[in-house]
Amino acid sequence: MRKRRQESPRRRGSINREFAIVTYGFLLLFLCMAGYFIYFVGYAGEDFIDSPYNPRLSQLSEHIIRGDILAADGTVLATSEVDDAQNETRVYPKGNEYAHIVGFSSNGMSGTELDANFQLLRSHSFFIEKIINELQERKNQGDAVVTSLDTALTDALYVGMANYEGAAVALDPETGKILAMVSKPDFDPNTIAQNWSYYTETGSSVLLNRAIQGQYPPGSTFKILTALEYLNEGGGMEDAFNCSGSYTYGDTTIHCYHNTVHGAQNFEEAFAHSCNSVFAEVGLSLDKSGMARLAKRLLFNRTLPTELKNVKKSSFSLKDADSGLVMRTAIGQGNTLVTPIHMAMIASAIANDGVLMEPSVIDHTQNDGGTLVRRYHPVRYGELFDESEVGILREMMRYVVTNGTGSKLYTDSYTAYGKTGTAEFSDNKSEAHSWFVGFAEQDEKKIAVAIVLERAGSGSEHAVPLARTMFDTYFR
Amino acid sequence: MLHLLIFISRFALVILLAFYTYSCFAALRSGISEEQQDFLYFRQTACMYMFILIANGILYLSTFEEQVLVMLGMEMAFFIAVSLIYKHIYRNASLSVTNNMCMLLAISFIILTRLDIDKAYKQLVIAGISLAITCLIPFLVKKLKFLNRLTYVYAAVGILGLGLVAVAGSTSYGAKLSLSIGGFSIQPSEFIKILFVFFVAAMLYDAGNDRRKIEIATAVAGLHVLMLIASRDLGGAGIFLLTYLVMLYVSTQEPRFLLIGLALGAVGMVCAYFLFGHVRNRVMAWKNPLSVVDGAGYQISHSLFAIGTGGWFGSGLYQGMPEKIPVVEKDFVFSAISEELGGVFALCLIFICISCFLMFFNIAMQIHDRFYKLIALGLGTVYATQTFLTLGGVTKFIPSTGVTLPLVSYGGSSLMSTMILFAIIQGLYVMREEDGQ
Repeated sequence: MRKRRQESPRRRGSINREFAIVTYGFLLLFLCMAGYFIYFVGYAGEDFIDSPYNPRLSQLSEHIIRGDILAADGTVLATSEVDDAQNETRVYPKGNEYAHIVGFSSNGMSGTELDANFQLLRSHSFFIEKIINELQERKNQGDAVVTSLDTALTDALYVGMANYEGAAVALDPETGKILAMVSKPDFDPNTIAQNWSYYTETGSSVLLNRAIQGQYPPGSTFKILTALEYLNEGGGMEDAFNCSGSYTYGDTTIHCYHNTVHGAQNFEEAFAHSCNSVFAEVGLSLDKSGMARLAKRLLFNRTLPTELKNVKKSSFSLKDADSGLVMRTAIGQGNTLVTPIHMAMIASAIANDGVLMEPSVIDHTQNDGGTLVRRYHPVRYGELFDESEVGILREMMRYVVTNGTGSKLYTDSYTAYGKTGTAEFSDNKSEAHSWFVGFAEQDEKKIAVAIVLERAGSGSEHAVPLARTMFDTYFR
Repeated sequence: MLHLLIFISRFALVILLAFYTYSCFAALRSGISEEQQDFLYFRQTACMYMFILIANGILYLSTFEEQVLVMLGMEMAFFIAVSLIYKHIYRNASLSVTNNMCMLLAISFIILTRLDIDKAYKQLVIAGISLAITCLIPFLVKKLKFLNRLTYVYAAVGILGLGLVAVAGSTSYGAKLSLSIGGFSIQPSEFIKILFVFFVAAMLYDAGNDRRKIEIATAVAGLHVLMLIASRDLGGAGIFLLTYLVMLYVSTQEPRFLLIGLALGAVGMVCAYFLFGHVRNRVMAWKNPLSVVDGAGYQISHSLFAIGTGGWFGSGLYQGMPEKIPVVEKDFVFSAISEELGGVFALCLIFICISCFLMFFNIAMQIHDRFYKLIALGLGTVYATQTFLTLGGVTKFIPSTGVTLPLVSYGGSSLMSTMILFAIIQGLYVMREEDGQ
């Protein structure tokens, strides 16, 4: 037997201390790298590889049956039927009702089908089942994506919107989870392939999810921002104003809705009555750059923080604005455009002590046996409003319900807050979008909504009753 | 049935490599007996052969190409030849170093066969030639007593070689790396790395704190680095710089040299960032690969797609899409391994590389002769730095610098120079063992 010395470190000689430093230095570098590798494969990689640039995703569908999309209560919103030849047909049992939020997966992708594409094409089936499938050369069942969508709320909203075009979003302010999202007009995702050329060639906006892609003038709901800026610049709720039904400065005259004369009122009452004259006057007194800073803080002109894809930005600009534009901007006309989800996010932040949670629709994924695969935890974006701002906004938005345009929301069973809006979108003053933005709470349960009904008329007459239906359903 | 077989064998490969890697570190423990150590090394060899058999089996069953079986036969012959040389002729060679070299080459042959069987064949032939050449090295290291007196020969050859590349080299991926001679393309910097270590060792081993010698060594080292930067070979420049600093630090025992050198290196990197567009591109691709996915971030994005989609246990050989990564068989071979053989397998590979350089430094520490001690240290640093740059680059831990993974990446110069490096280490180990007896 040949002799072999032991290969273990033995300190000898004077320069071995330096050796130890060099050795441990490299060891540390490599261990950090190995740690990073573990982090990437185990955690960060999941999000990174879910990219349209990853060519491997399309290959996954050759081995995996696209998973189901479920509502929070387990109702199937999308599923795949597989025939004997392993051909898949995507079926949407709820049809038009969830067309926009669930989306489609042929002729391109949209909605949750797009957002959760990767999760739907992964299989975490029990490994024995996988082996059996492997043996029989059958595809594995992809994981199911369980959304946060509330079916009762969505039903109520879908019916409540009736034949109006428009959109509505409901968020859980504490988690950012989307409880309901409806956009009309809608389509039947089951027949999307057959109708595709009709939708695309006729220039129809049926495929547009107005809740995240519709850019609307915010109308009086924008007074939330104007009021906040006024109070931040030293204004007070008790400041006295007098409304004569219109306000003129230079060559611009701003009218109150239906030329109503609100008479003597303080600032809080002007907000509750949605008095355009007072807000046009107030708007002129505000610092333009301060207003722009507030809009920027509230995510105007910025990509909204959400996992949803294809969300449009809201836009706001007072650059080079003359006094007329400043006045129109203050009452939510002007050049300002908002998406309904953005307004719902602002309301949700007010409801959640100023903290915005990023909107998301995927609650968790589970395998075909119902075992949890991954839970998607709420993501905190940050503070949109400080404590005193939250206090002011809550007081004013509550006053709208108790003493103003939102009085139809007054009830003993929950506490509602909000702001109505009637947004003119063309020179034809008789046509206007009906808006409501607000939230409600009952004990620990909260909901924030944004509703816009196109060409419906005043907010208090159309959007508010729909909000009432939603709140009643949610707190039932 | 075939499906199932391939499915199960995937896990077998991961388990074999995990077992192998565990043995690497188990054998390094202090207080372990020689018999235990020999048993661990025997077990490693067994793992390696089983790995080759199973992996080639999968490759054959997936393609039914007879060339795979020819490769298997040649691989077996190659590894048996390695065993003969380093276990029976050089009886005092380090089994740890031998086994790691074999295992890394085995992984290389398998993944290259998967990616491009012709390249795998070429790689195997070059490995055979390199083995024939390098088997003399341990003998020469012992016999040639004048190696420490060729100081300026090393420097002259090195600078001439790098100068030639900077002037006449052919450009690939933005860097001038190779020379074409009679149809063969060689990368001189791969070999000059070793000469450079010899130069620095010869310069510094008896320098003590002799200012003049240190100044000359620093000037020559700086010249090497500048010439590499001129060829836009930033990875190479990094390897040379760090190797010099480590050798200088250890031989002078002056931490400030290391610190000043690292600080200068950092300043250099910042300057390079502002001076060179290709450096900025690399950094951008590192910070957010998807933002420049159609340009500088393409390679790293696809590397990360490969690693991420493969997950812990990989897609299985032939089940992934590693060919979507440009030059996957060279700089990005690790990503292909991780995608198809799995993250656990790739992690084991990282740890095998760690055990390699730990062994190199360990050997260096035990050598008495300062010249050879510095050689072992320098070569260990070259190996560790290069491995770190390539593995860190493809996993987006650090910006990508475009260097190969020693013994695993495809490329004749890289393979041959690394085998020379391993053979020199073996020579030093044998010499120390024989001195000690």
